[in-house]
Amino acid sequence: MRTRRVALFVTCLVDLMRPRIGFAAIRALEAAGCEVVVPEGQTCCGQPALNSGDRDHAVALAQQTIAALEPYEAVVVPSGSCAGTIRCHYPELFEHDAAWLPRAQAVAGRTFEIMAWLDEVCGWKPEGVRVDAKATYHDSCSGLRELGIKAQPRRLLKNVEGLSFAPLAGEETCCGFGGTFCVKYPAISNAIVGEKADAIDATGADLLLAGDLGCLMNMAGKLNRKGSKVRAYHAIELIAGMGDGPAIGEEG
Amino acid sequence: MSSFKERADAALADPILKIAVERTAGTAEAKRAVAVDAFPDFEAARDRAAAIKDHVVAHLGAYLEQFEANAVAAGACVHWASTADEACRIVIDICKAAGAKSVARSKSMLGEEIGLPHALAEAGIGRVETDLAEHIIQLADERPSHIIWPAMHKTREQVSALFKAKHRSPHEEETIAAMAESARRELRTQMLGADVGISGANFLIADTGAICTVTNEGNAELSLVPPRVHIVTAGIEKIVPSMPHAIHMLRMLARSATGAALTQYTTFYTGPKRAGDRDGPEEMHIVLVDNGRTKMRAEGLTEMLRCIRCGACMNHCVVFRQIGGHAYGGTYPGPMGSVLTPALDGLKQSRDLPNACTLNGKCQEVCPVRIPLPTLLRGWREKSWREGLEPTSMRWGLGLWAWVARRPALYRLGTGMAVRAMHMLGRKGWISTLPLAGGWTRYRDIPRPAAQTFMAQYKKEERRK
Repeated sequence: MRTRRVALFVTCLVDLMRPRIGFAAIRALEAAGCEVVVPEGQTCCGQPALNSGDRDHAVALAQQTIAALEPYEAVVVPSGSCAGTIRCHYPELFEHDAAWLPRAQAVAGRTFEIMAWLDEVCGWKPEGVRVDAKATYHDSCSGLRELGIKAQPRRLLKNVEGLSFAPLAGEETCCGFGGTFCVKYPAISNAIVGEKADAIDATGADLLLAGDLGCLMNMAGKLNRKGSKVRAYHAIELIAGMGDGPAIGEEG
Repeated sequence: MSSFKERADAALADPILKIAVERTAGTAEAKRAVAVDAFPDFEAARDRAAAIKDHVVAHLGAYLEQFEANAVAAGACVHWASTADEACRIVIDICKAAGAKSVARSKSMLGEEIGLPHALAEAGIGRVETDLAEHIIQLADERPSHIIWPAMHKTREQVSALFKAKHRSPHEEETIAAMAESARRELRTQMLGADVGISGANFLIADTGAICTVTNEGNAELSLVPPRVHIVTAGIEKIVPSMPHAIHMLRMLARSATGAALTQYTTFYTGPKRAGDRDGPEEMHIVLVDNGRTKMRAEGLTEMLRCIRCGACMNHCVVFRQIGGHAYGGTYPGPMGSVLTPALDGLKQSRDLPNACTLNGKCQEVCPVRIPLPTLLRGWREKSWREGLEPTSMRWGLGLWAWVARRPALYRLGTGMAVRAMHMLGRKGWISTLPLAGGWTRYRDIPRPAAQTFMAQYKKEERRK
């Protein structure tokens, strides 16, 4: 099989808050036979500006990101919302820009959420990975509704030996993160994530898994504040065989 | 006037409100899911519904003229109102000409939008709200908190207490049936004594000139048929080309709103009483109201004119489910309200509404006419940013972030330092207070980041290879 050369778009949140997710992504991609490059010019995809109405900054960051990513045959992102920004919103941003629209569309068409890439494009599944635990899964909204990420993580996780699943009531209900929403309207966000944390606790699972670090930090931060014992990981960490390391909030 | 945040805080502090909203919205959500599952190819039906609305909105003038001609041929009078005030004035003038002392009103959100209850009171015309939930609202002197269940913010226990305080011969048994009977006793005589019946319209049928109302209580029929005059106030976007189109929209409306296949009462009214008819009003007036709708079409909100007022978006909205409808402060709450209110009341007063949304996309997923609500909300955010209405702290914060993020070398330096500082702040892996992040840490902890960013660690590893 031909080696696929892919660019990893790390995302600013993973870069800053949990580098392990970036390394897990590289490990899983290499196991799936990809050659991974981390393009130098990347920072933030511009999603916070885009969702706050700051169109000028969103456009500037989108142009920078497109320029950094367009040399590669595929771009893989360990986040449904950042992948969704590039895939769905970049072409909208440049709708009336004849010079940038084709470039935006080209990068958008080659950008994949990591679990969709591994499962659907590579047809890969983890082998020899073991985590003895009961997990529950939260479907992050952007990945679910913009990219249709639903079955892919579950198919991949099914191949992690020793891992059992407890269904999460309201698994498709927003956790209340919403990017800047959680700091602009903290009291409403708290009410939403409070219910989510209760639902997670009620599953009796050991682990909370999801595909977006923002949502995971919101849920894990609330679980920790309420004294829950549930530990949170990005699903790719388990898939890459890094589920034996520190969970979110256990590092350092 | 209170701010959105103050109203939201008050709502969050009200445990009874939470119970009331959850009971009704939870039931609606579950029933809708069952109804949609049982519907053969609901997705194709949504496409068709959206296409019907897009078609009429694109040819609004032609269909409205066709409607007018057919309604007039059936004996109705058609009036055109470009603003809320104008619409109210037309209604009041008709009531005065009819010598009306009291009107029976069948629930209409457009009536709320144009301020009709207030205008009637100012004109000294008595008003009886005949929809059960609107009756509750009238007794409590409140405003609707939901477009389908105006009294959804009240529990049945609260309603029982209200009836006991206000009804002349209230229920004794604490059952829903006894409470409904109490309302029936209270309302019947008032309804039958009204001089004018006022309704909205769920649909205006262009090729027959008929208007359609849907209710589950039959109150529209009892409010509109006995009085001498029937007045309809309807938004101009309610038009559909023909009966089959109306039927398709009805199938979508009922399922999306309550999960029922059809409402208990679906009635088409074509003109006033004709020679030989045993009953019906002597006059029928239809007031077609613009109130900003053609402007919405010109300002990139065309898709919002597809809305058939089913309420599915708010029933499925995580924010609405926490704060209820009153906190939104406009006539229409929830996601559709957050798109409409800035258009109706001005963005300056309502900039919080499009922002107070997680953009999770659930509203768009359940919308029977596929309105891209998150996109429209993002559009308002853009306008608000452009017009300088967003708070300075947010502008500065995002501006600084974007400025640094556009300079990758500086960004690496800055993020490296920030991460190290945060790493030193945390104990046992979690940070419970952080400067400038109070909105987060008031309610949840922040995981302590690793000592170095991914980019720094990755470069170190690459050099080692």
